[in-house]
Amino acid sequence: MKRKALQAAFPYTLPICVGFLFLGLSYGFLMRSEGFSFVYPLLMSLFIFAGSMEFLTVELLLSAYDPLHAFLLALMVNARHLFYGLSMLQKYKNTGWKKFYLIFGMCDESFSINCTVTPPEGVDRGWFMFFVTLLNHIYWVTGATAGALLGYVIHFDTTGIEFVMTALFVVMFLNQWEEAKDHRPALVGLGCSLACLLLFGSGSFIVPAMALIILSFLLTRRTFVREVKRP
Amino acid sequence: MTMTLSQSVLTILAVVAATMLTRFLPSLLFPEDKTPPAAVTYLGGVLPCAVIGLLVVYCLKDAVFAGWHGLPELIAILFIAALHRWKKNTLLSIAGGTILYMILVQKIFV
Repeated sequence: MKRKALQAAFPYTLPICVGFLFLGLSYGFLMRSEGFSFVYPLLMSLFIFAGSMEFLTVELLLSAYDPLHAFLLALMVNARHLFYGLSMLQKYKNTGWKKFYLIFGMCDESFSINCTVTPPEGVDRGWFMFFVTLLNHIYWVTGATAGALLGYVIHFDTTGIEFVMTALFVVMFLNQWEEAKDHRPALVGLGCSLACLLLFGSGSFIVPAMALIILSFLLTRRTFVREVKRP
Repeated sequence: MTMTLSQSVLTILAVVAATMLTRFLPSLLFPEDKTPPAAVTYLGGVLPCAVIGLLVVYCLKDAVFAGWHGLPELIAILFIAALHRWKKNTLLSIAGGTILYMILVQKIFV
């Protein structure tokens, strides 16, 4: 049963394998180039397992110590998991102990497969979702750790390599822009953040920006609610 | 690295805790398929798009106030947008943009 589920799950994860290895490599390499031991990306990719947040955590670790800020930022950045979790409540039913790992290892990519793909006949849905999640998790941890290890061997001027995070978010923004019918949520995010950056300065704009974004959405809910496209 | 080991461990733990909260909260709150309140589903639908915008600004927060006022960043972002529109390849766009930026800050905007 497990073997069949693994065989069914593997092809779906192949494109993600390429992406995760590439992004993981650059994340691990970035951490190493900032002077962190490979243990950091290894443990962070294993336990956080949320790519964007791991890139941001590098930044957090290099700035002033503020765990509350780190907590709030992670909450906001990963708020989309709430939505994934809500959508998967039904599908996770009756998966036994695997449910814990399915929730722990939830990420955008696993969600997109588990939410849309119906496993072939004779394949247990719980095990199928389990292997999708596990394979993606393995790709990410492998990429991140290998990237950091490469950082010990390969040496070149890495000035500017931190831009990989900006590039990642810009591309995510562009992808989302193309897919979304309604561009207002994206514009609300950009606008509120820019306004707060100019108002509060780079050191302390993020919490007011988050508050302003949530507030704007709650206040304009009536105009949005009928049109919002759900993934 | 600027933090002590315990500080960085606590920072990472804070991130892990918040991330896990976002993952486990739905099934803790709605174990028996109780329908979540409309406000929650609504925020779940619109927040992800907005957060990406927030993250882009977050990445540029220091560049805006730096010597070149974000000019190399702007050039690299325009390049990414053009490349992405042309090839529609996420990894290519990320790699291309990062390499261009590295060249810019190492050779031109020194």
